[in-house]
Amino acid sequence: MNFLSKKSYIAWYFVIPVVFIHLFVIGIPSILSLALCLTDWSGLGKINYVGFENFIELFDDRYFKKAIFHNILWTIIFLTVPVCIALMCAYLLTGIKRGQMFYRLAFFFPYMLASVVNCQIWKYLFHPIHGLGGFFESIGIEALASSPFTTKETSLYAAAFVDGWHFWGFLVVIYLTGMYQVDNHLYEAADIEGASKFQKFRYITLPMIRPIFIFSLMIIIIWSVPVFDYVYILTGGGPAYSSEVVANYLYTHAFVRFNVGYASAVGTLMFIYVIFIVGIFGLLRKLGWEI
Amino acid sequence: MLVSNFRRKEAIPNHFILILFALLAVLPILVLFFNSIKPFSEFGLNPLGPPSEIRLQNFPDAWIAGEYTKIFFNSAKLVFGSVILCLAVSLLAGFSLAKLNPKGSTVIAIYLLVGISIPAQLYILPLFLLWKELSLLNTHVGLIIIYSALNAPFATFLIRSYMIRLPDELFDAAKLDGANTFQIFFRIALPLSWPVILTAGLIIGLAVWNEFLFALTFITDPNFKPMATILFSFQARFENNYALQSAAAIMMVAPIAILFMLFQRRFISGLTSGGLKE
Repeated sequence: MNFLSKKSYIAWYFVIPVVFIHLFVIGIPSILSLALCLTDWSGLGKINYVGFENFIELFDDRYFKKAIFHNILWTIIFLTVPVCIALMCAYLLTGIKRGQMFYRLAFFFPYMLASVVNCQIWKYLFHPIHGLGGFFESIGIEALASSPFTTKETSLYAAAFVDGWHFWGFLVVIYLTGMYQVDNHLYEAADIEGASKFQKFRYITLPMIRPIFIFSLMIIIIWSVPVFDYVYILTGGGPAYSSEVVANYLYTHAFVRFNVGYASAVGTLMFIYVIFIVGIFGLLRKLGWEI
Repeated sequence: MLVSNFRRKEAIPNHFILILFALLAVLPILVLFFNSIKPFSEFGLNPLGPPSEIRLQNFPDAWIAGEYTKIFFNSAKLVFGSVILCLAVSLLAGFSLAKLNPKGSTVIAIYLLVGISIPAQLYILPLFLLWKELSLLNTHVGLIIIYSALNAPFATFLIRSYMIRLPDELFDAAKLDGANTFQIFFRIALPLSWPVILTAGLIIGLAVWNEFLFALTFITDPNFKPMATILFSFQARFENNYALQSAAAIMMVAPIAILFMLFQRRFISGLTSGGLKE
């Protein structure tokens, strides 16, 4: 189009500030990180090139492997539990007329709150004495009688629960937007055929919202990589690495032990993984998938 | 358009399930609110229910214990600084990408898209070392620059998708009248774009107000900390004083709750636009 000016460099003036600030904060440090992962730098003194030694060490590091395993679990949990609940709630919401807005606001509100606040709420609720601990004990759920955040077997799931509690309302709104775009005639036709609620969901709603649905799965996979706040605040990765995730592991190496090279290697792997995932979804789209 | 793919009598079980989930979402926040106005002595007997006696004194107590006059100001500075800087750069870029179509604009769009998906953990450490070199650690300016960069890609795309729908005739007419590109930006594009400016501003402000990782890493001096990281240390300092803790948390929630009530649609559409625009 280019109708505003013959000289296209004026168009560039407008873009320079954003590119500059983004390169300065994110672009250049990222490239630095990709370079530093091949060194043994400690943040001070000489920088020695060590090749792929950090990566070799990482693949031997059992805490790192544990963290990766936890991130995979985290991804699987988020791809199933909040997705199913959100799909169900969004679908049920399309069937009611009164109170639509109320439900939408109620579901969405936790998504607006800070991680520190949400963590505080649930730390209190799961407190063995003050919160629901006594209640759980009296109805016989021994597992929740002590705080799930300080129990080895449950810490990861408890942190994932709080994060999921804050996140699922976001999915409801996204799915709802997709479901409103479905042509009403399809449902009317299905009604005439005598289709059940579930059949309508399975054969009309789900296929029709597929692009949004697949996209939501992609962002869940990507967002499960840098998970940090909820783990750091609720469990700190413990007890005994039972809820350690990659981002928290990196944080400890970067800002507690100042292993610059090692931490950069972890960051590089996270980056490669994310680009890989984005690439796969991009490829699927190119291959004609409707995403 | 409302899809009514259920018959009316089926709506009742729908409501039943939906109410259960709405309670799951809202009740925990309600408990926090109850606890913020509950006398400390009541916690032993009544840990979850509404208070038998309302004690608003918790708020001034928490305000003084946490030195919130200073802390609130810190957060306000970060929010306004980031909103202004981020909007400024994003409006310029959004306008250019929507209406000027610079050569190579797809390269910029791809760069910003990749920028959104880079995990913060990749660059946070080199950024920290760079900020140390530039003496930007423990300064609000340093954090404002970071927050602006973090939110700029999202804001740029949001603004671009809005401005692209503004009618070209307006810009052509102004051009015929002899206005240069900057005048067109300030006199035509900006005044017409206030809805998206408001939406983007709210979303950036919310993100900055709630942000934890960068605030934790780049501000270690308690005098400069924002609300989020102060609340985190508050939780450790007053570990068993839930009245004080809850009051402090509610002070962080209150501005968001008020803005959410006023601008629900903007918040919801703005926050989910990233998930839908692709």
